[in-house]
Amino acid sequence: MATVLFYILSAIALTATLLCVTRRNPVHAIIYLVHAFFALALLFYVLGAPLVAAWEVIIYAGAIMVLFMFIIMMLELAPSQELQGLVWSRLLPVVLLSLTVLGATFAIIAFDPGGVDGIPVYFATPRDFGYTLFKEYALAVEVVSFQLLFAAVGGYYVGRTDKKKGGRK
Amino acid sequence: MTPEMLSLSNSPLLFVVAMIVKILVVFGVTMGIVAYATYAERKIIGRMQTRLGPMETGWYGLLQPIADGIKLFFKEDIIPSEASKLPFILAPMMILVPALITMAVVPFGGDITIGQYIIPLQITDLNIGILFILAMAGLGIYGITLAGWASNSKYSLIGGIRSAAQMVSYELTAGLVIVAIFMMSETLSLRGIVAAQMEPLWGAASLPHWMHNWYIFSQPLAFVLFMFSGMAEVNRTPFDLPEAETELVSGFCTEYSSMKYAMFFMAEYANMIVIAAITSTLFLGGWDGPFYGPINFLIKVFGFMFFFIWVRATWPRVRYDQLMFMGWKIFLPLSLANIVVTAVAILALQ
Repeated sequence: MATVLFYILSAIALTATLLCVTRRNPVHAIIYLVHAFFALALLFYVLGAPLVAAWEVIIYAGAIMVLFMFIIMMLELAPSQELQGLVWSRLLPVVLLSLTVLGATFAIIAFDPGGVDGIPVYFATPRDFGYTLFKEYALAVEVVSFQLLFAAVGGYYVGRTDKKKGGRK
Repeated sequence: MTPEMLSLSNSPLLFVVAMIVKILVVFGVTMGIVAYATYAERKIIGRMQTRLGPMETGWYGLLQPIADGIKLFFKEDIIPSEASKLPFILAPMMILVPALITMAVVPFGGDITIGQYIIPLQITDLNIGILFILAMAGLGIYGITLAGWASNSKYSLIGGIRSAAQMVSYELTAGLVIVAIFMMSETLSLRGIVAAQMEPLWGAASLPHWMHNWYIFSQPLAFVLFMFSGMAEVNRTPFDLPEAETELVSGFCTEYSSMKYAMFFMAEYANMIVIAAITSTLFLGGWDGPFYGPINFLIKVFGFMFFFIWVRATWPRVRYDQLMFMGWKIFLPLSLANIVVTAVAILALQ
């Protein structure tokens, strides 16, 4: 049952991501990306991580993508009409990233670490998740939150108003 | 033999039947309340403005919602030629469906026992219940924003942009307020939160027997913050800037007609019911009270609905900058302070 669901959801996630990168209209692309996030969240749920699933939808689908949509609606971007030629320098990052992912996939299939170790099926309750995160990885959590603080301060600095001139800088 | 919790493993047939019955009842009751909330709104606002409200259709206008439904159903369904078709059609569904799905995790009564099985009066008890509600509230934003964008009209677009900004701002407050609640309940499941509110109030024995330790008594600030950010989240007056009739014609749903418009209307009332139900569950002990479980729950929900309608009849719409000021500079710091105070109080009382 879980296996069938896994494949269905993976197919949805992959299709939606593919449609997301190929759409010309930015709003349509966002809709597909939200689909992909949602399928991904359900995948997390199927794999026994309900809390991660919830955060995925709340933070990525519910907040970040809404912000993207907000900005795109404000800018009123026209869908780009022409493809500006497939320049080699543009393609290089795509090719490199794809090769890396392909290599990793091949390594996983060839050496099959999951099959050897037999990763136990585990249902992470919110309580277990919290204990693990804040006991074993407390330092990492703090570092990441500091990073967010820096980002917030930086954002405030960039968007500050100049009081003397009375306008935005 | 002691009764055990009904699940898919111990009695599949009864489980499926019970599930379908629960889903149909919750859906039916919610839609029934949606239909008659429109009637109640017109009637109550009418009375508050010394008018009668609907009187002609049926006895005291009781058939008015049905007449409205039939009227909307037979109206011409117009899709503007310049609209983006797919998002335009999807938008009304994307706002109504999350609203209705949210009701699945709300417990509306205690357990009932049939034979040797216990059936909880709640469609499903997710162990991340509250987060599920927040996630669905986040998805509801897309409906309005997409409707505004897809209509290809200035009024709709401004309505959509306003609603995106407003809902993201107030969702933050709602989420942070809930943090204080689950610090006290120590669970994210709504069933667990209702159970956590069943203790006697401050250990006092002289109060009425149904007066329990509801979180409204220990978290009054959180209650007020949650209710008002809930109202902002569902775009009710005084926070109905996305549709603001005086400036934006009808905001995000300007270009909509017929059943699509009716779906927006239904979604607004369904969202009101959801906010009323969640506020009752989190702060007023859910189905706890002097009467039978579901009756208590309905009384609380109707109380909140009346309050929302009452506010609409008495308060003018706030200005956009006032709305943002209130969300980011008053509600957000207050909800953060509430978390800190709650944490200190819990540690001190341990």
